Amino acid sequence: MCGIVGLFLKNRSWNPRLGEYFSEMLECLSSRGPDSAGFAVYGSSARAGSTKFTLYHRAPDYPWEKVAASLQEASGATTPWEQLSTHAVFLVPEPEAAARAVLRRDHPEVKVMSVGQRIQIMKEVGTPAEVIDRFHVREMSGTHAIGHTRMATESAVTTAGSHPFSTGPDLCLVHNGSLSNHNNVRRNLRREGIEFETDNDSEVAAGYIASRLRRGESLQAALEQALDDLDGFFTFAVGTRDGFAVLRDRIACKPAVMAETQDYVAMASEYRSLVSLPGIEAARLWEPEPATVYHWRIADAP
Amino acid sequence: MRPEVRSYDLAAGGLRSLNQTLHDLPAETELLHWKVLAPQGAHAIACGLTVPITVEIDGHVGYYCAGMNQRATVIIQGNAGVGVAENMMSGLVHVRGNASQSAAASGHGGLLVIDGDASARCGISMKGISIVVKGSVGHMSAFMAQAGDLVVCGDAGEGLGDSIYEARLFVRGKVQELGTDCREQEMTAAEREALAGLLAQAGCQARPEEFRRYGSARELYNFHIDHAGKY
Repeated sequence: MCGIVGLFLKNRSWNPRLGEYFSEMLECLSSRGPDSAGFAVYGSSARAGSTKFTLYHRAPDYPWEKVAASLQEASGATTPWEQLSTHAVFLVPEPEAAARAVLRRDHPEVKVMSVGQRIQIMKEVGTPAEVIDRFHVREMSGTHAIGHTRMATESAVTTAGSHPFSTGPDLCLVHNGSLSNHNNVRRNLRREGIEFETDNDSEVAAGYIASRLRRGESLQAALEQALDDLDGFFTFAVGTRDGFAVLRDRIACKPAVMAETQDYVAMASEYRSLVSLPGIEAARLWEPEPATVYHWRIADAP
Repeated sequence: MRPEVRSYDLAAGGLRSLNQTLHDLPAETELLHWKVLAPQGAHAIACGLTVPITVEIDGHVGYYCAGMNQRATVIIQGNAGVGVAENMMSGLVHVRGNASQSAAASGHGGLLVIDGDASARCGISMKGISIVVKGSVGHMSAFMAQAGDLVVCGDAGEGLGDSIYEARLFVRGKVQELGTDCREQEMTAAEREALAGLLAQAGCQARPEEFRRYGSARELYNFHIDHAGKY
């Protein structure tokens, strides 16, 4: 089953309340996915010359200061970091590849959840309400957020198998549905150098879009091509540094409903997830058409 | 004397208690008019009703609203989620807004009126119900429809009437593409009259002569090797 939600703010004065509105939406979809939950929040940009790394280790008392020390020693620059439950966010000096190499060499037990200027992905096993509390999602600010509540059907209930998946800088994807040709697509993408962490079908969709974007395609074009190349059932919500998109397959049996006002665009698996949004009574409501890309961009991403 | 209207606040009272209250009404009940407040997209509102009451829902509803309805009138003052009036037996369900997928799925009887659009698979496997959609319907509507009437005042998406049995489809606008074994057919005088009756019941201004009639070519009733590719 699974539930997915996305909230994209158009009114910049709402940024401080993104987490609050988004949490209500996510928690409402517990009934569609009680096994695990995850989210990506696009907050303020990392300072110039550095990249935001969100890392995960299952132990809540993991010694993150050792990771900070390794990164600092390798780059010679200070590496501010902050722990949130089983995750920690590091501001790492560029180039990004150098930091990845240090992590692989010194801390192979740590998993990279997301990398980018603005993105921060956190996910955990547990009900959406538990996950929201654990990561203090209500206090988060930003321009857009994407989330997922998982009812696992085709791979194990683990943190790694939870959504969102990220396979490129500032890119993430959540998926309601199942893909049938993911093994083939994964094999082809691996040849191109896209790395996968799980056997999960949704990670392949994220990798597919990352590969297209890397070739310089627009998000719109990449998603249009996905309709031909990805076989199966899907409603996707996709986030990029400055964009938000929704796509459903041609059969469109996985639900989605959207709402738009002058202040926001929101999508969810079910309408009841949108009822807590301010101004929803007067919002334009619609069901996204099959095989149609819906895409919004921020002109002035912070 | 004005009939008494009972109000029920769904946000306060909860869904099960509402449905149980409506199920417990005796056939000869005098509480004929109910109003459901604050539906907030909840699923399964007013399902399984069996007595001829009117339930008016004040907002958008979630999945399977008024499913399995018998004899009751359910009016939704908003949009309806997946499977509104699914498996309806009799009575009337009226959606003032748009309806999501699989509206009236498997419906046996009664009338479903949708003032706006219905999305994919409207009337899938319908078995005798009448459906009037004042807007358009999405793809694969009336898929495997067995009996009943689907009236579409706007357009129909691709795959209309795919693998249809004996239901009658009336479309006023464009049909993007007919499904397998669905053909345009002559509208008989009796059918035009039936269509006029449904339009009148639904409060629709459209005239029967503006519609085209589609139905089964009956080529897939029995397996025939020459049609293997069509199944």
